[in-house]
Amino acid sequence: MFSVCRSCFSAIRNRLPIIEHGRRFSAHAAVNEAKEPDTAQLFTQEHKELRRSLGRLIEQDINPYVDEWEEMGQFPAHEVFKKLGQAGFLGVTKPTEYGGLGLDYTYSVAVAEELGHINCGGVPMAIGVQTDMATPALARFGSDELKKQFLEPSIAGDVVACLGVSEAGAGSDVASIKTTAVKKGDDYVINGGKMWTTNGFQADWMCLLANTNEGPPHQNKSLICLPMDAKGINLSKRIDKMGMRCSDTAQIFFEDVHVPQSYVVGEEGQGFTYQMIQFQEERMWAAASILQTLQNIIQATIEYTKERQAFGQPILNNQSVHFRLAELETEVELLRSLLYRTVGLYVQGQDVTKFASMCKLKVGRLGREVADSCLQYWGGMGFTNEVLVSRLYRDFRLISIGGGADEVMLSIICKYMNTLPKMPQKK
Amino acid sequence: MTKGHQGHLNGVKMALRILVGCKRVIDYAVKVRVKPDKMGVVTEGVKHSMNPFDEIAVEEAVRMKEKKLASEIIAVSCGPQQCQETLRTALAMGLDRGIHVEISGKDYETLQPFHVSKILAKIAEEEKVDIIFLGKQAIDDDCNQTGQMTAALLDWPQATFASKIEKNNGDLMVTREIDGGLETINVKLPCVITSDLRLNEPRYATLPNIMKAKKKPIAKKSPADLGVDVSPRQEVLSVEDPPVREAGSIVQDVDELVSKLKAAGVV
Repeated sequence: MFSVCRSCFSAIRNRLPIIEHGRRFSAHAAVNEAKEPDTAQLFTQEHKELRRSLGRLIEQDINPYVDEWEEMGQFPAHEVFKKLGQAGFLGVTKPTEYGGLGLDYTYSVAVAEELGHINCGGVPMAIGVQTDMATPALARFGSDELKKQFLEPSIAGDVVACLGVSEAGAGSDVASIKTTAVKKGDDYVINGGKMWTTNGFQADWMCLLANTNEGPPHQNKSLICLPMDAKGINLSKRIDKMGMRCSDTAQIFFEDVHVPQSYVVGEEGQGFTYQMIQFQEERMWAAASILQTLQNIIQATIEYTKERQAFGQPILNNQSVHFRLAELETEVELLRSLLYRTVGLYVQGQDVTKFASMCKLKVGRLGREVADSCLQYWGGMGFTNEVLVSRLYRDFRLISIGGGADEVMLSIICKYMNTLPKMPQKK
Repeated sequence: MTKGHQGHLNGVKMALRILVGCKRVIDYAVKVRVKPDKMGVVTEGVKHSMNPFDEIAVEEAVRMKEKKLASEIIAVSCGPQQCQETLRTALAMGLDRGIHVEISGKDYETLQPFHVSKILAKIAEEEKVDIIFLGKQAIDDDCNQTGQMTAALLDWPQATFASKIEKNNGDLMVTREIDGGLETINVKLPCVITSDLRLNEPRYATLPNIMKAKKKPIAKKSPADLGVDVSPRQEVLSVEDPPVREAGSIVQDVDELVSKLKAAGVV
C-alpha cells in the first residue's frame, strides 16, 4: 500500500488536490466558527472530533487511491468498510448491543458532511448504502438473531451490504416492483430481479424488498435479508455508468432463490412502510454528503482561476467569474441552512418529510449547477479527466435521479402544499 | 530540582506516569499568510490542530499504556481556550486526563520555549511523572528547544529525536535519529523524550473513544498557579514572507557558468 510521504509535512500540503474550504482558513475577514449559530446548536465538540478523525482516515486511506479506483471501475469495499468500521463510523446511530454507538442523527450528518471531502461521488454513495439505506430498517425492526447475523458484521465493516429495491421496470414507482418471495416449507422462494444495485458485486448480503403476500401494493411487500452467496442469484451485468465509476452497480436476477422465512425483517407485509420511514434520513444524508464537495469545487475553482491568466490578468478577476462563484457559494450556504434546520427538527421528533424532500430536490439541482458553472471556468482543463471538477460533474448528474428523483420530490412537496391532483381512479 | 517519582524497577511491572505536551498549532495543510502589520501570521479563523510531532508523542504514550508500561498518561497544553480542543483530541486518542494552562492574548503571543519548559517542569514535579514526552519541535516556530530546556531545568536525562523506545530493565533504551545515522542510548528514569517522525504512526481516534473522552477531566491552571513568570523575553521586530524565488537562467557551458558565479561574487 502506498504510504504517504511524511518526511516533510509541507510536501503533503502540495499534494492535496483540494483546499479544504470547509475548515475555513481564509486570510481576510474570516468567519469565526464560534459565532455560527447553526453549528453551535447542532454540533458539539464531539462532532468536531469525529470529523477530524474521519478526515484523517479519508486523507490517508481513501483519497490517495481514488484516481486508481475510478480507473479500475471499482473501489475495494471490504477493505475500506473494515477501516471505517474499526473506527466506529459505520454504526453511529445503530444500537450499542450490535456494536453501534447509539448516537442521534446529528452524528450521521457529521459523518456525511465529512465524507464530502472524498474526491469522488462513488465512495460516499457506497458508504451511505451501508449505513443509511440497507441497515436502518433492520436495526429498527429486525429480530435479535437477524441483527446478530447481518447488522453486527455490517457495523463492524466485516461485510458489505446492498439494497435491492429498484428494478428494471420500477424505480420511482416502488409499489409496482415485480420480484416475488413465495412461501414454500420453511423458506421463501425468490424470483425476479433487481437493478441499479450499488455495491452489488461486492455485497455479502442484500436488504431485499419483494412481494410476499396478498393485498394492496403498499401492504403486500416485505424486507428480507438475503445472503448474496445463495444459489440462484445471478449478477448478470456490471452497469457501465457515466459517473460514480468506482462504485460497482449491478443488475441482478433471482431464479428460485431459497432463503429461510426467519430472514424477514420485522412484520411480513410491512416492507414498503419500513422502506418509506427511512427515506427522510436518506434524503438528509444525501444533502449533507454533497454540500462539502460543492464547497470544495468552488474553492478549487477559485484557486485555479487565480493562477490561470488570460488577456493579462487572472480569470478570477473577471466580475462574471467571481460574482458567479459568490452566487454559488450563497446557494450552498442556503441549502446548508435548510439542512441543519431539517436535522434540528428531526432530532426533536418532528415529521420532516416536506423539508427533507426539499433538501434532496435542491442538492440534486445545485450539484449540477455548481459543477457545470465551475467546469466552465476551468476551460479546456475542465473537459479533461485530469481534474476533479469533471469527475464530479459526471458523478453529481445522478443525484437528481437516484435516491428519489426530482419529480418524486416535487410530488411530495406538492402533496404537502395540497396542490397535487388526485390520481385517476382505476376502474 | 527533584528526581521525581520512580516507576517500579527490577523486573517488576513498570507503572510509569507520563506527561505529554500537546501544542496547538496552525494545521500543516494550511497556507500560512503574514499579517498586514507584518508582526505575525494570520491565526484568526484559521484551522488549527495538534502539532504532528506531539501526536506521535501521544501515540507512543498510549502504546506504552497498552503494553502496561505506563499507569497514567496526562496531556498538557499551554495557550488560549481553544487548547481544550487539542486536549480533547489527545484524550480521544487514549490519554487519561488533561491539564490546560491558560495563557491568552499578548502573553500567548510572546510565549517562548523558555516559559513553557518552566511550566512543564513544575507540572512534572507536582504530578510526580517519570517521563515527559514532547514532540521534537513545533511546526509553527521550529524551535526544537522545549524538551532540552525542560530536561535541564529538572536535571533529568534527555533522549531527543527518538525513533524507537524500548524497555531495558528499569531504564529505557532509546534510538535517536542524528545527522550521522542512528544512535542508541540508555536513559535512566525519570527522563525527557522528544519524538521524531519515524517513532510511530498515530492512530485515528475511534468514535467510541471520542465519546468516552467527553467524560475525561481537564484541569485548568494559570502560569501564576505554577509560580511561572511568562513576561516576554523577546520582542518581535518583523515577520516577512521568504523572498520570492527569482527566475534562473540557462548557461551555454561551464565557462559561462563560472563567469556568472564570479560576477555574482560567489566564487
